[in-house]
Amino acid sequence: MSKINQINRRDFVKLFGLASGGILLGCTVSSDQKEFIPQESGTFTPNLFVQIQKDGNIILLASRSEMGQGIRTSLASAIADELEADWKYITVKQATGDAKYGNQNTDGSRSVRTLLKPMRKMGATAKMMLITAAAKKWNIAETDCKAENHFIIHKKTNDKIFFGDLVEEATKVQIPSEDSLKLKKVEDFKYIGKNLKSVDLKDFTYGTATYGIDIRIPNMKFAAIARCPVTFGSVKSVDDSNAKKVAGVEHIIELDRIVPPLGKFFGALGGIAVVANNTWSAFQGKLDLDIEWNYGENESFNSEKFQQILTKRVHQKGKLVPGSVGNVSAAFKDSKNTIEATYTVPFLVHAPMEVPNATAWFKEDEIEVWAPVQDPQTARAELAHFFEIPLDNISINVTFLGGGFGRKSKSDFVVEAVAISKKIKAPVQVVWTREDDIQHSFYHATSVQYLKGSLSTNGKVTGWLQRVAVPSIISSFKPLSDYASGFELGQGFTNNPYALDNFRLENTKAESHLRIGWMRSVVHIHSGFGNNSFVDELANAANINPLQFHLDLIGKDRIIQGKSKYPYNTKRMKEVLKNTAQKANWGRKLPESHGIGIALHYSFYSYVATAVEVSVKNGRVKIENIWTTIDCGLSLNKDNIKNQLEGAAIFGMSLALYGKISTKNGAVEQHNFYDYPMTRMKDTPNIHIDILDKMDEPPTGVGEPGVPVIAPAICNAIFNATGKRYRTLPLIDEGLV
Amino acid sequence: MKISLSINKKPYTLEVQEEMPLLWAIRDMIGLTGTKFGCGVSQCGACSILINGKLSKSCSIPVSYAVGKEIFTIEGTSENLEFLRQAWNEGNVPQCGYCQSGQLIAATSLLDSIKNPTDQDIDKALSNNICRCGTYSRIRKAIHKAVALKNRTL
Repeated sequence: MSKINQINRRDFVKLFGLASGGILLGCTVSSDQKEFIPQESGTFTPNLFVQIQKDGNIILLASRSEMGQGIRTSLASAIADELEADWKYITVKQATGDAKYGNQNTDGSRSVRTLLKPMRKMGATAKMMLITAAAKKWNIAETDCKAENHFIIHKKTNDKIFFGDLVEEATKVQIPSEDSLKLKKVEDFKYIGKNLKSVDLKDFTYGTATYGIDIRIPNMKFAAIARCPVTFGSVKSVDDSNAKKVAGVEHIIELDRIVPPLGKFFGALGGIAVVANNTWSAFQGKLDLDIEWNYGENESFNSEKFQQILTKRVHQKGKLVPGSVGNVSAAFKDSKNTIEATYTVPFLVHAPMEVPNATAWFKEDEIEVWAPVQDPQTARAELAHFFEIPLDNISINVTFLGGGFGRKSKSDFVVEAVAISKKIKAPVQVVWTREDDIQHSFYHATSVQYLKGSLSTNGKVTGWLQRVAVPSIISSFKPLSDYASGFELGQGFTNNPYALDNFRLENTKAESHLRIGWMRSVVHIHSGFGNNSFVDELANAANINPLQFHLDLIGKDRIIQGKSKYPYNTKRMKEVLKNTAQKANWGRKLPESHGIGIALHYSFYSYVATAVEVSVKNGRVKIENIWTTIDCGLSLNKDNIKNQLEGAAIFGMSLALYGKISTKNGAVEQHNFYDYPMTRMKDTPNIHIDILDKMDEPPTGVGEPGVPVIAPAICNAIFNATGKRYRTLPLIDEGLV
Repeated sequence: MKISLSINKKPYTLEVQEEMPLLWAIRDMIGLTGTKFGCGVSQCGACSILINGKLSKSCSIPVSYAVGKEIFTIEGTSENLEFLRQAWNEGNVPQCGYCQSGQLIAATSLLDSIKNPTDQDIDKALSNNICRCGTYSRIRKAIHKAVALKNRTL
């Protein structure tokens, strides 16, 4: 590809509406701006995302990272649909990390939400230019042409020209203005809203998909890093004599901790790196290091004690959170039926199947990286900052991600690889062991919540008090951030769907002694668990069917976040709930020792309700069935959405049943899948997914919203089966698994 | 030491420590990266391969053990694996795809020994393979589908 004109990049991003937040500003690109679009001879490349070749093959660029959410297929299908391309000619290419592609942060279930329209416009632009080219050839008006399945058709004669045969002519056509683009109507969609298979199936089933860990470069080395068991501890002394004896080991390097500047980036933990000519020797050498550590200020951190402290705190008054309404104390005083409950979620870790890893080559004044990163631009900016190399001299090649779940948003492993490569002056792949991954992550925070509610004599909720203690993600960017931030409380705490006259939310102090990060569905895991468990408790206390109780509590149809671009409509919440109840045949007589529970949650602008049927025999729980309904607005790829929600059910089961990270003397106690277990085939229930048809609504999140409902629905089902309420996760600690 | 391996019926000679796990010999020394590292302790099945037809976790077997034996990896082909691939494709099974090499090898091993596995057989054979994305339901369906595809062609 030819060099891109630097000056115009920003304009392109602005014009195509790809800037952060995905706000659409327009699509107008004049012909003189063509120069910044890489032009390869013999191809038609109307914009950064579309390249049509003379043989008709089309290469579409995926700007977001593929981590299993199917984004490469989704984005490509949006372009191809508007382009009227035949799917069999489509190849998807992964974009490198570069701001010219707009925001690439693959996070927050927002890729389709923010990119569907811009990508459709990329396709529509290309189609229009092909039409213009054909019209010129035929010497007819553009309006007498249409595009259909990789051909431009002469409407009157039915003559047709293959896309590939228009390449030369199309390169001479002026890029149309945004106003002239006409996007397709829902009923005309060919790929959008249908069931498309992943474009990467072949690579996935033949072992040929290249993940970060599969990168091989001539003369590359492999590195493993011993990091202090206690967060932010450092090396006091090291005896590396045994490690040096391991065959294949070539260097042993001390890495200082790289402390991120206030407010951004992730830095790296530091430690002792063992560099070898193969991964295993690096792992072995690491095990043979004899290191004395300075454990530092987090040495006394004991997660169990910490949870006890948080539990104590949530039973005392916290900081009032704006948005509280009415007078909860008065409501409690007036009620003869008040309920209290405390819910606890432990620290959790993502544990993607592909461990964190990165391959880097530091070449004096430039850096090349190959890595499975969710946010390549932040990785790039971070490297520019720490290694003082101009951004334009840093290339980030985004590989497939063997799972991300938020872990691979944090590019500490990239920083490590570059730091080592700089020292050994050779390309190097840093590979975390599974133990490293479990013990040195950016953890999903633990939480403790206290809830108190009051009921009227006819079973209406008259007051709702909720106190939350959850270490903040902000602490990873700004130390000593000891309270959950507004954006965190906004994930299900300040915006529950309940019609409450008296509602009070209090925020409670919770310090961080581990690196706190975000994991699939983030704080919604806490709010979803607390809210749905407590509503079920209230329903049972009121002796009202939980389904009816939920519906009554949501109350009238109304908009909760009126100012949002995606208003939170309680009507849609009730729709998913009713659909789920219907699919689960709610109210039927259940088999002996079975129970059923429901939960609902709004996250990433999508509405989800789930019913779980369990059986509890000999004190052991088995998840029998899961029914999930989602309203995610326009559903781009239905089968992919189903796959995501099936996966979310399994992910939710893992955290409900098994997930727990604990610390003693500051060090994480779990090591690997034998003590951080997860759902397996034998545990897998029948999973039934429904997508509500909302093709006229804008698309909203899919990857994450299916998770928060699972744990509470399971606990509610267990209560339904046994009469016993479980308020602390994971259930394995309660002897239920 | 210098050893010879046969992988997917192709000979390879490599200079390697005999105690190096087969996984790393295959990935780092030979360069076949379809077999994945997941846990290193025989817990997740990402590194599954067949050795003389027997399902094995390559992360926990020294390379020397495989000398003189036939190794089968995801880069290989067999009748059952091809039906499974077709079924995986029809069921749009993978999400991130990383564990699927191991899942497919474990499923191949299952179909090699049981022609028409029940759900219980699948539970038993596939529960050593973790899929963090949670594609288990689709894997189960695809295994049944592969059997159906095979029966249709026979």
